[in-house]
Amino acid sequence: MDLLAPIMISIIAASTPLLFAAIGELVVEKSGVLNLGVEGMMLGGAVIAFIVSVETGNSTLAVVAGAAMGAVMASLFALLTLGLLANQVATGLALTLFGIGLSALLGQGYVGTPLKALPKLSITGLSDIPILGLVLFGQDVLVYLSFLVTGGVAWFLYRTRGGLILRSVGENPQAAHAIGFPVIRIRLFAVLFGGAMAGLGGAYLSLSYTPMWAEEMSAGRGWIALALVVFATWRPGRVVVGAYLFGGLTLAQLHLQGMGSTAIPSQFLNMVPYIATIVVLVLISRDATRIRMNAPASIGKVFHPDG
Amino acid sequence: MTKLTRRSFSALTLAAGAAAAFPARAADPLKVGFIYVGPVGDFGWSYQHDQGRLAIEQEFGDRVKTSFVESVPEGADAERVITQLARSGHKLIFTTSFGYMEPTLKVAKNFPDVMFEHATGYMRSDNVSTYAARFYEGRYVAGVLAGRLSKTNKVGYIGSIPIPEVIRGINAFTHSARKINPAIEVTPIWVNEWYNPGKEADAAKALIDQGADIILQHTDSPAPVQTAEERGVLCVGQASNMERFGPKSHMTAIVDHWAPYYIARTKAILDGTWASGDVWGGFDSGMVEMSPFNANLPEAVVAEAKAAQQAIHDGKLHPFSGPIKNQAGEITIADGATAPDGDLLGMNWYVEGVNGKVPG
Repeated sequence: MDLLAPIMISIIAASTPLLFAAIGELVVEKSGVLNLGVEGMMLGGAVIAFIVSVETGNSTLAVVAGAAMGAVMASLFALLTLGLLANQVATGLALTLFGIGLSALLGQGYVGTPLKALPKLSITGLSDIPILGLVLFGQDVLVYLSFLVTGGVAWFLYRTRGGLILRSVGENPQAAHAIGFPVIRIRLFAVLFGGAMAGLGGAYLSLSYTPMWAEEMSAGRGWIALALVVFATWRPGRVVVGAYLFGGLTLAQLHLQGMGSTAIPSQFLNMVPYIATIVVLVLISRDATRIRMNAPASIGKVFHPDG
Repeated sequence: MTKLTRRSFSALTLAAGAAAAFPARAADPLKVGFIYVGPVGDFGWSYQHDQGRLAIEQEFGDRVKTSFVESVPEGADAERVITQLARSGHKLIFTTSFGYMEPTLKVAKNFPDVMFEHATGYMRSDNVSTYAARFYEGRYVAGVLAGRLSKTNKVGYIGSIPIPEVIRGINAFTHSARKINPAIEVTPIWVNEWYNPGKEADAAKALIDQGADIILQHTDSPAPVQTAEERGVLCVGQASNMERFGPKSHMTAIVDHWAPYYIARTKAILDGTWASGDVWGGFDSGMVEMSPFNANLPEAVVAEAKAAQQAIHDGKLHPFSGPIKNQAGEITIADGATAPDGDLLGMNWYVEGVNGKVPG
């Protein structure tokens, strides 16, 4: 079936930005902080990565700049919520609105500028394997990075002392503080990491997925990433499943429409990725005790060492 | 404090008297407001409306002052924004999306001295005009290109939201392409959004993977053009000239050109001749244009497309002149007849050659 490989490649493209943003937010939430500014940070990363790529022609620099922009925006969030103890939900929402406006302003002169997509890897021999060759060995570097990061996060959270500390901060910051862990600093690092990952997701959008800058081009992907984290019950593996399920179903429904499946209205088909992703993730994580175990107990609550 | 109160009080009474006695000072610029459904940087629908706004500024200079609000969702939010524009002294307000129809009429009732221009709607009142463009004329011209140039006989069409406007475009295009090459099949994929670059690109990929070698779009971002370029198939741009995104693949674009209308309506307000009306302009009004045809296209094909454009412009050719069959093969528009505007405005059926069913 010669359709398979291109479909799988399209799925990877649709899923990668979600995976980046979601895995970053997972770490943030595991540390007990809820940052609803993912959409804004993605847009910030997207616009900066695009600008740097156009101006310098250096895609590595562009990717780094995109991640850095996400982190910078996240540091603003950290300053307000961790430093000045502002409400996390309100601050996160503000960050999204801020990101939409800021990216539009920065990108004003770049609307309608075309850009060459990130180069895809091409490993002689391996990339020529039928079907799987291109899918596995013919992607751009950000796709591989997304898997490296996800694996790294899973390993860090569950196999290292640092991860244990981060999780404990998310569970009970008072206790962690009492033992002597620097709660604020740990949360700061988590928030910055989350911002950088959202920025990378954005950079993937404007450099590889659709290599251009258009206002609000993330079109809600930051919100989907947020939802994925919750429905995946804060497990990195399930975030991968969720992101790829969503990307896969999006492509599947488009193909189904293209094949002229006349029985189901297209409005319903457009809904399917959302519903099915939620249903599947809820089913695989339906065990209430396990949800309670995985959910960071102090999420969204302001921490003050004296409180 | 007291002084201020007294002064403002007397100013208020004076103003009340003055408002009744004198018209506004001539030096006051006319404030013209715009409300857009997307961001001005979408490089599509809202971008083109904003180009119209800039044209007004260019034309009238100090005599007008324009402002706009972008990315306003259709519905309750729109009503609030339009009210605000009316309240802040805008005397002419362009509401540029179909879904602003009800809010526009509602606000217009409360502000009888403010004139409103609603794009693509069908409901009017004394101070609400409607205007739209016959984009289907451009679709017909695109159909000529597809009829000559498709090798796989499969054309992919990215639909936004299944309203008559979009379906009309699909039909005009399909009918035109099949007049030249009856083997052509057009497959629409609906993304149910006006603007989502990633999803538009995904839809284009799906259509190309299924064998389409020409991609049409009725969504607002240049992402499908970019995808077509990457995959080496032909495409037609939407709303603005998107050739930069597909130097080889972009055959032409159906361009929305609002400037002449916006300038004329602003002038009417300045001259005091504005009256409620309805304009549905095509090639002849300048509202719809084809962007320059790609230099790589065969000359004969471009000449044929240009001839069709000219014929429509001159009123010698109507894109919906019969015989036109529906999907079941029944003749819906008889030989020699043309579909009246009323039928076109409510079009909710596909012509023969379109795959799938009209959603809804």
